This record gives sequence, structure tokens and C-alpha cells, in this order.
Amino acid sequence: MFSDPTRLSLSQTADQLKKRQLSSEKLVLAFLERIETINPEINAYITLDRIGAIRGAQEADKRLDAKQGGPLTGIPLAIKDLFCTQGVRTTCASKILNNFTPPYESTVTTRLKAAGAVMLGKTNMDEFAMGSSNETSFFGSVKNPWDKSRIPGGSSGGSAAAVAANLCTAALGTDTGGSIRQPAALTGITGLKPTYGRVSRFGMIAFASSLDQAGPMTQSAEDAALLLQTMAGHDPKDATSINAPVPDYVAELNTGLKGRKVGIPAEYFSEGLSQSVREALETAKKQFEALGAELVPLSLPTTKQAIPTYYILAPAEASSNLARYDGVRFGYRCDNPQDLRDLFFRTRAEGFGSEVKRRIMLGTYVLSSGYYDAYYRKAQKVRRLIANDFKAAFEKVDLLLAPTTPDTAFKLGEKTDDPVQMYLSDIFTINVNLAGLPALSIPCGFDNANLPIGLQLIGRPLDESGILSAAHAYQQATDWHTRNPAL
Amino acid sequence: MSIKADTVKHVANLARLTISEEEVETYADQLSQILGLMDQLNSLPTDGVTPMSHAVEISMPAREDTVTNGDMQEILLACAPDSEQGHFRVPKIIE
Repeated sequence: MFSDPTRLSLSQTADQLKKRQLSSEKLVLAFLERIETINPEINAYITLDRIGAIRGAQEADKRLDAKQGGPLTGIPLAIKDLFCTQGVRTTCASKILNNFTPPYESTVTTRLKAAGAVMLGKTNMDEFAMGSSNETSFFGSVKNPWDKSRIPGGSSGGSAAAVAANLCTAALGTDTGGSIRQPAALTGITGLKPTYGRVSRFGMIAFASSLDQAGPMTQSAEDAALLLQTMAGHDPKDATSINAPVPDYVAELNTGLKGRKVGIPAEYFSEGLSQSVREALETAKKQFEALGAELVPLSLPTTKQAIPTYYILAPAEASSNLARYDGVRFGYRCDNPQDLRDLFFRTRAEGFGSEVKRRIMLGTYVLSSGYYDAYYRKAQKVRRLIANDFKAAFEKVDLLLAPTTPDTAFKLGEKTDDPVQMYLSDIFTINVNLAGLPALSIPCGFDNANLPIGLQLIGRPLDESGILSAAHAYQQATDWHTRNPAL
Repeated sequence: MSIKADTVKHVANLARLTISEEEVETYADQLSQILGLMDQLNSLPTDGVTPMSHAVEISMPAREDTVTNGDMQEILLACAPDSEQGHFRVPKIIE
């Protein structure tokens, strides 16, 4: 048993809280103290809610004393600053929302709070979730806890770094093109993007509405299952939320890998994959086989088309979603606007950062008269082909195994001047969002510089259990997920 | 596909963004590069493919047309940069 409660996994914490070997208040205070010391170098949090967290912990302790707690009661969580939290500033890491305190609460955080979870604070991210490195935040870059000269990945980089650096027991992220899985891979944690529609998007600040999905970022697959259990389910406030029963993810964790067919998509192991990632993945494949899985080589021919497809569709949706930031009803407004036109133009020019503006420009262009069919319509058609590729694959196999990223964490500043290079690094994650499938990333090794390597499992629609149980089987047999950075 | 300065200015106007002459050049350059990447899609035949706008087939459920929240005028106006007498305030539109 650890003497430091900030190191415990969610399931270990829940166990100790339930047995009253640990109080939630003590745990929250330990995290706040650790955050005080370590966060200034990592920059994982934008806003801390100290008073709210302590109060929440005290209430949780009462519930636990009365034996009325559940597995999340008293668990300290970090929440990506993209979920609206009533009364707690929510910025989306943008200057345009710097002063925004939402008058309502997102469905996901409502559910977690009702289950007794405690919010420590709001985590840093790429501005409006647009980025793969966390360098586009108005509040400065997040540093990778494994090497502070490197990026933690993005856009949920703050949540990933907070979990990796033990600045929370678990965290919430969102994933539009890999924003949970990519930072999870680069910081050595477990991150799950559920099936599109499995988790309500109500109260999540929209980026690309047909792709956005919230998910857990944790120390293990078991912890992810515990969080997803409460997050998942139909919500009448989100017209795209799926009305299907939520399975018992925790009970189904022990299904194991025996006899399961695991597809190995050739395109994910082709050129562009670094040597260290390739080697770690080869070893992991053998371990999957040793655990009883049958590896099935297959092809997803449209893999490469996903980048142009995504970078047409996501900015198109974003340009439309971000039209609401006009300086009238909430958020930033420029000083001394001369007239309404000046108010709109300057508010937006001053309030948005350069990557967000680039995507608004790109999205506006592909939707503009004369280009709509050539770009937007074409991309929607290719999106169908990409989804069909996966559909065909899942007729042959139960899940897919692939790398999460082509390489380990790159240096801060390395790709900021080259948007195309930055976009290309999303090659292994965005396909899944276009097809709406569930996928997760788990750590499967380290490179020579001691940087974590991520392994991705992709499942059939609504088969979160299938990939969580496979990840759990792997984590029972390996210890990559238990490693911590030296801080 | 190369984007010209005029196009950048036109798009910035549609997007309601002030941009400097310097930015016009940067955007023209970067957008051209990005669109070059996108032109890859032209090599993929898509005749007869139904465009996909959503990952799941969804119907639009309609709820009862009743007020489920309300009386939020003060709360919502408190979020506004400028308000007066129950309204959002903006610069004068008509002289």
C-alpha cells in the first residue's frame, strides 16, 4: 500500500474511502498541496476550485460514513476546461471566454457530482480543443511530466498531465480527432474515447459537433470503466445521444482476450512510424497473442484520406459553432467598438488565438459558395468510405490494435510554425472520430529517452466493454500503466 | 490550390475577423498548403457515395413544447459584457 494517497488508482482510492481508511477531505487536501508544488512547472490547471473541492469532499465523507457512497463518492477529479461548470469559470483556454462563468452545468459533470465525485479544478487544453500539442492555450503550454521540454499532447493535455503527475485521481477529457487518446499516449496514461453518442455532449463547449465526445483519462482501464459507468447514458438534452442500455463495464472487465480476434491494420504499421513505437507495438502484439488473442492482419485502405477529410469537416463545423462568439451575450468584447461591425470583427480578432482563427478561416472557405461541393461535400463522401472500411473490418475481427501516435512526445515549439506537420501527427486517431467508433489508448512501453508509447484499441460501435476488457487483460499482465514520472 | 490575397480577405469578411495585411499573406500561404493536402481527396472516386454527416443514424426527437426552465433573464444578462434594462446593449446600429 502507498503511503501517499495521491498515487493511488481510482479503484484503490474508492476501496480505501469505502473502508474509511482514507477520508476524501484528507485526500483533496493532499492533492491541493501537491498541485501547489508541482502545477507551476506543469501548468495542467487553469482554475482551481479549492473551496468547492473541500466542501464536496466533506459532503462525500458524510455519505461514505453513512454507507451511502458509490465507487465515485469522494474521488477527486480534474475536469477539462471545456465542460461548463455552474459558478466555476470555464474558459476553453481562450481569451474570448476568459471571464465566462457558466450559468449551467454540463450533463457529464452533473452525473459525476451526483455520484459524489469532487472537482479539484479545470484543466488546461488547446484553445477550443484545436491542437495536438497544448501549445495553443491562452494560458500557456502544458509541459509533459516525463520531460518538461516536451509537449503533453493535445487537446486534453492538461487532463493527461494532471493524471500522469498525480495531480488528481482521474480526469475528464474530450476527443474530436484524438484529443483524449493522443495526450494519453504521450503521457503514459489510459484514455478512452467512447462511441459517438454514448456520452452526452450537453454543456460541452462545441468544436465539431459530429465528432466531439467526452471520455475518461485515468491510470488504468479499470478506472476508465468506473468513470464511464457514470458518464454514459441517454440524455434528452442532447439530440445525438444514443438511447441504448449501458452495460456493466466493471463486471465485463474480466472477459479476457482468449479467442478474441484482434485485427492489425497494415496502414497503421507502414512508413512514418518511429522505430521505438514499432518495436513496442510488436512486443505488445506478441503479448496479446500470449493472452489468447488471435491476430488477424487486415487493411483499412482509406486511412490516409482521413487527414484531409477531417481537416475539412472539423474546421467547417467549428467555423459554424464559433460564430456565436460575437461579444454581445457573453464572453470577451473589444474596447470602444465604433459600430456593430467593428464590435464583431475586433472582438473575434482579439479574442481568438491564431490556430482557432486559422481553422475558422479554413472552415469558412470550404463552406463558401463555389467550394462547398469540391471540399465539404467531397469530404462527407470520403467519410462514408472511411466508416465503411471499419465496418468491413469488424465483420472479420472483434477489435483493432494499432499505435496511437506515430512517435513519442515532440519538443515544445517544434511544430508550431508548420500547421500541416502538426495535422499529420493525428493520422492514427482521427479515423476513429470520423467513423464514430470507441477507442482507447494505453501505455505499452517507453523509448530510449524514457518517453511513454501508446497502444490503441478500436472497437465496434457501443462495444466499450470489448476494448476495456482487452486493455484490462493486457494491464493485468504488464506494468507500464503503473509507472510514474520522476517529479 | 493556391489561395490569393483577395480570397483571404473575402473569407475573413465572411468569418467576421479583422486581419492585418501581414496576416493576409500568412493565411494565403498556410491555407494554400493545407488545401494542397486536401486536394489528395480528388484521387478517390466517390461517385454514388451517400455523404455522411453523422456517425450514427439519428432521428430528431421532439419533446413536448413546454417551458422546462425560465425566469433566467438576470442570470443570463449577468454573463453579458454590457446590458441595460433587461436587454443586451450594443453600439448604435441606425444613425
